[in-house]
Amino acid sequence: MANWIPLWVHKLSSPPNFYRFAGVVRPWALALALITGAVALYGGLVLAPADYQQGDAYRIIFIHVPSAWMSLFIYGVMAVASFISLVWRIKLAEVVAMESAPIGAAFTFITLVTGSLWGKPMWGTWWTWDARLTSELVLLFLYLGVIGLYHSFEDRRQGARAAAFLAIIGIINVPIVHFSVNWWNTLHQGSTVRILGPSKISGDMLWPLLTMMAATKFYYIASLFGRVRTDLLSMESGKDWVKQIADAYGSASAASAGRAGAAEKESKA
Amino acid sequence: MSAFLAMGGYAMYVWPAYAVFFIVLIADYLNPSLRRRRNLRELRSRMARQAARQQRNPTPP
Amino acid sequence: MSHAPLASACAAVLRRDLTLAWRRRGDIVMPVLYALIVITLFPFALGPEEALLQRIAGGAVLVTMLLAMLLALDAMFRSDIEDGSLEQLMLSPQPLALMLGMKILAHWITTALPLIVIAPLLAGMLHLPTAVMPVLVYALLLSTPLLSLLGAVLVALTAGTRRSGMLLALMLLPLCVPVVIFAAGAVAAAQQGLPWLAPIAWLGAALVMALVLAPLACATALRIALDA
Repeated sequence: MANWIPLWVHKLSSPPNFYRFAGVVRPWALALALITGAVALYGGLVLAPADYQQGDAYRIIFIHVPSAWMSLFIYGVMAVASFISLVWRIKLAEVVAMESAPIGAAFTFITLVTGSLWGKPMWGTWWTWDARLTSELVLLFLYLGVIGLYHSFEDRRQGARAAAFLAIIGIINVPIVHFSVNWWNTLHQGSTVRILGPSKISGDMLWPLLTMMAATKFYYIASLFGRVRTDLLSMESGKDWVKQIADAYGSASAASAGRAGAAEKESKA
Repeated sequence: MSAFLAMGGYAMYVWPAYAVFFIVLIADYLNPSLRRRRNLRELRSRMARQAARQQRNPTPP
Repeated sequence: MSHAPLASACAAVLRRDLTLAWRRRGDIVMPVLYALIVITLFPFALGPEEALLQRIAGGAVLVTMLLAMLLALDAMFRSDIEDGSLEQLMLSPQPLALMLGMKILAHWITTALPLIVIAPLLAGMLHLPTAVMPVLVYALLLSTPLLSLLGAVLVALTAGTRRSGMLLALMLLPLCVPVVIFAAGAVAAAQQGLPWLAPIAWLGAALVMALVLAPLACATALRIALDA
């Protein structure tokens, strides 16, 4: 029936085709990310009223929560791409999985830092061993493990496959960690801090949050596609399509260098 | 405007958080472009070397 | 052509690994010595006050065991990769997962068992009450095989790389968080006079799962890491 979908996917997953496709999509994704991000920032920082309990400090939510969502979402994408790469051995899936890892790690890092910047005025401490914070920290270690394993192999495809396997083990581990950390919290009953109680979030605060969430998704697409393009070029550096691109790039930069040289001469004269 | 910058007294928490958000993401976004430029330059110089070698002895042994 | 029966192949792998370990007895003592040194350092760092040491004893012993095992983990397959016997094992007609399971068992016997034997001594040095000792030993008996099994998968993944010590620790940390939580949780609960069976049961359930899945995952990981 819908025979064209697998066909289209198959065509798209060939490196030169995807390189071109990503090159077209990337600027649009970045533009969308910038526009929605700007709207969300205006809504969140200017239009939304101050919270009656937290004052203006709550405005960190507009970057903290979307980053936390992205840190989990990107791990999911990475695990799915890893699974595809191990089962069907698609090169593009490997590249997507491995280039998602640094972006996910960046969002996890942002989540941790903004969370502690939010926690300091609200709870009076930078860090507390709360279930969510601890899980997020473990998530950062999972990302770093995947990145480290990928880079420790000399053969990049082999490294990608090993790291993909680790990513899949990791995604089984995430719920277990969350469960065990929850249990641990009930056992120790330390400083129980309620982050964001069940209070209803008002519409003025909700729409910038959701818009920012869309912006981070667009950003992820833009960043991922840029990374994938770079990786495909260096992985396929012996192939003709890459040589053509290098040629084109070289003549462009030579031309600009020539222009610069001419301008320099003119200015000297 | 200054009231906006003061963030109700929480400026020293809100603005660093936003700064971290933007700095990390900008660094993440620029990283592959820089890598790409370096890779392409290396590839070009390799191609140029190969071309030169082929010019010197047109029929490789 | 007739293959050796499965049971005798398993026994042969186990016997070989144990013999090799016995020939290099010095390596067996190393993790034990390491654990002893670490536990000795705690009172120096925290002061000899008995109440404080008692409070941290269970957790300190468990973390020390984990680190000592991590120290030995790196060597699990290394000599077998270097002399090529692991590739022989991969080519053998017997299921690789089962053979690896035997290797993991041998590794557990040679590194974790000595640690468990001295664990009561180490805990005693930190004044852990005698009544809690059995719980500590149960927790160790269930958590160390779990760590060996999880560690084996990661060691297999790094088999194709040269340096892996720090990387292994980084990769193991997320996986061992639940293990440490439940093992230390059982000891802490016993120390507070609370029921400690639930965390032990969770560890047991996890161990059963890992016994089935980890050797298979280990075999897959090894195939990925060594297919050059």
